[in-house]
Amino acid sequence: MAADERTTGNAGLGIGSGSRLTRICVRVALLLGVLISLFPFYWLVVMASGTTQDIYRYPPKLVPGPHLLDNMRRVLDTVDFFGSLFNTIVVAVLGTALVLFFDSLAAFAFAKYEFPAKKFLFGMLLVTYMIPAQLSLVPQFVTMAEFGWAGSLNALIIPSAANAFGIFWMRQYAQNSLPDELLDAGRIDGAGFFRLYWTVALPLFRPALAFLGIFTFIGLWNDYIWPLVVMINPDKVTLQVALANLNTLYNSDYSLVMAGALMSVIPLIVVFLIGARHFLRDLAAGATKM
Amino acid sequence: MATVLDPAGAPAAEERRAARRGRSTAPGGRGRHVPPLLAVSPFYVLFAVFGTFPVLYSLYLSFQDWDGIGDMRFVGLKQYGWLLQDSVFWHSVVNTFEIWFLSTVPMLFLALVLAFLLHSQVRFSGALRVAYFIPNVTSMVAMTIVFGSVFAQAGLANSVLRAVGLDGVGWLSSEWGIKSSVAIMIIWRWVGYNALIFLAGLQAIPTEHFEAARVDGANSWQTLFRVVVPQLRPVILFAAVTSTINGLQIFTESQVLFQSTDVGTTGGPGQEGMTIVLYLWQKAFKEHQFGYGAAMGWLLFAIIAIFTIVNWRLVSGSDRDDDRRSGIAGLLRRKGVRNGR
Repeated sequence: MAADERTTGNAGLGIGSGSRLTRICVRVALLLGVLISLFPFYWLVVMASGTTQDIYRYPPKLVPGPHLLDNMRRVLDTVDFFGSLFNTIVVAVLGTALVLFFDSLAAFAFAKYEFPAKKFLFGMLLVTYMIPAQLSLVPQFVTMAEFGWAGSLNALIIPSAANAFGIFWMRQYAQNSLPDELLDAGRIDGAGFFRLYWTVALPLFRPALAFLGIFTFIGLWNDYIWPLVVMINPDKVTLQVALANLNTLYNSDYSLVMAGALMSVIPLIVVFLIGARHFLRDLAAGATKM
Repeated sequence: MATVLDPAGAPAAEERRAARRGRSTAPGGRGRHVPPLLAVSPFYVLFAVFGTFPVLYSLYLSFQDWDGIGDMRFVGLKQYGWLLQDSVFWHSVVNTFEIWFLSTVPMLFLALVLAFLLHSQVRFSGALRVAYFIPNVTSMVAMTIVFGSVFAQAGLANSVLRAVGLDGVGWLSSEWGIKSSVAIMIIWRWVGYNALIFLAGLQAIPTEHFEAARVDGANSWQTLFRVVVPQLRPVILFAAVTSTINGLQIFTESQVLFQSTDVGTTGGPGQEGMTIVLYLWQKAFKEHQFGYGAAMGWLLFAIIAIFTIVNWRLVSGSDRDDDRRSGIAGLLRRKGVRNGR
């Protein structure tokens, strides 16, 4: 909400202050951009509801057809859609819950407590970001195989259960939004570290948790290369891998593949639309403030 | 190896040191340091096991010849030597850079213009942001499949060209067609994201600067390039560095676009869509050359590190310290988005 008010406050700056013609041009350009941004989704619906012949017809058929439910049913007959959807939900939900818990707990300690080697440990957080994930793709897979986790959902959940980004970001938030007086009051009542975290800090972290939660959820849901590598059992994969497999095996049956793609995209778009305003405000604010 | 990286090592050692120092540093007794140390430990334990260990192990692996099942054979630096003579590897490096250039330059430019437009648009700003951000949150696999059909020989892109009387383009069969297709997907995905980052930076620019420009009679383009761009420098730096890091790790688009049951077709016709990470994946996980894959991971790391530094220098010029700090912080934020692990 705050960001919106600021936009309003800045109204009339930039090019919006130009003539009526300029303003119309700006709107047309923005609308055109929105159309480009959203068109692939519309096209996905068109293709998922048509037949494969429709997709390559000339002139192309630009409106949705009547075969959506048929095509979706064929997806369910062809791949274990609900199985891989279930795996993806388990990974995204559990993974997000763990990230929220571990990151906020560590952020609370970093923001409000003094302890030995704090500076060093915090510095290490930052350094870990310099390492690209692909560098350790091979050895990470080998490590998972050693643990007996290759092909198991553990491999997708546990290694990412706490991340430096979240700790770093939550700490910023904790420093600004968690008054020391509240903690002192809690201490007088005899609350220890974990009680203070759970009853005082966590409720105040809620907006930050919402942002980090959506962020993490989207990342886990869409991750592709790691599940592709580590889920070695073809019967137990995530939605992204199942979709890629469907695309490989049935690439002549486009309407089937498109229906699968549509089904894999919808749940996440729903989650995003529910939290979007919150999410985008925090994303924009965080990027410049830090 | 694991003993060196004893996950509990760092905090435990610190505990001991604190204990030795006694009450002077810990007036409440040394026990009071235990809860916060425990609280921060999960990340370090996980990082030691799933971060540090694999990185060091990948260095070890890169000196071995190993198919992942049989015995390892020590080959020293030979993997790196083979890699440097591997024409496919160099082809993948060139492709990656070409795709990176084709996507990043227009993407940042369009994002800047879009941010500028969004800044002047008051109504529906919330809805506009959602619409522009949606490409970034949807599955890359699904959207690559969609774009794949659009760019197919008889797909929508060529139908549109035909409708306006032009010849079709071999989007997925010619060298520049392939690179442009991948670049277009990347641009589509990231323009909105970066525009919103730029927009946040724009909103932080003091109102007086715009007024001064208007008083001086500057037009929109002059305002954009003389007032906005210089002020946005740290944010642009952040966007440039992060798109470099992401851009050099392109994988999904090329992999899904040209995926088939035949390994020989990885990277598409003429392997023009072969990227570094795609080649790494193919060598390690399709051809089971783990040592070769590990060595490639290190070369990729070196390339990214060098290129990021060069890029940083180019964009940041003679920046002050606080600019640089905001760049690092921003970089950290963004990287967290992409690799949650």
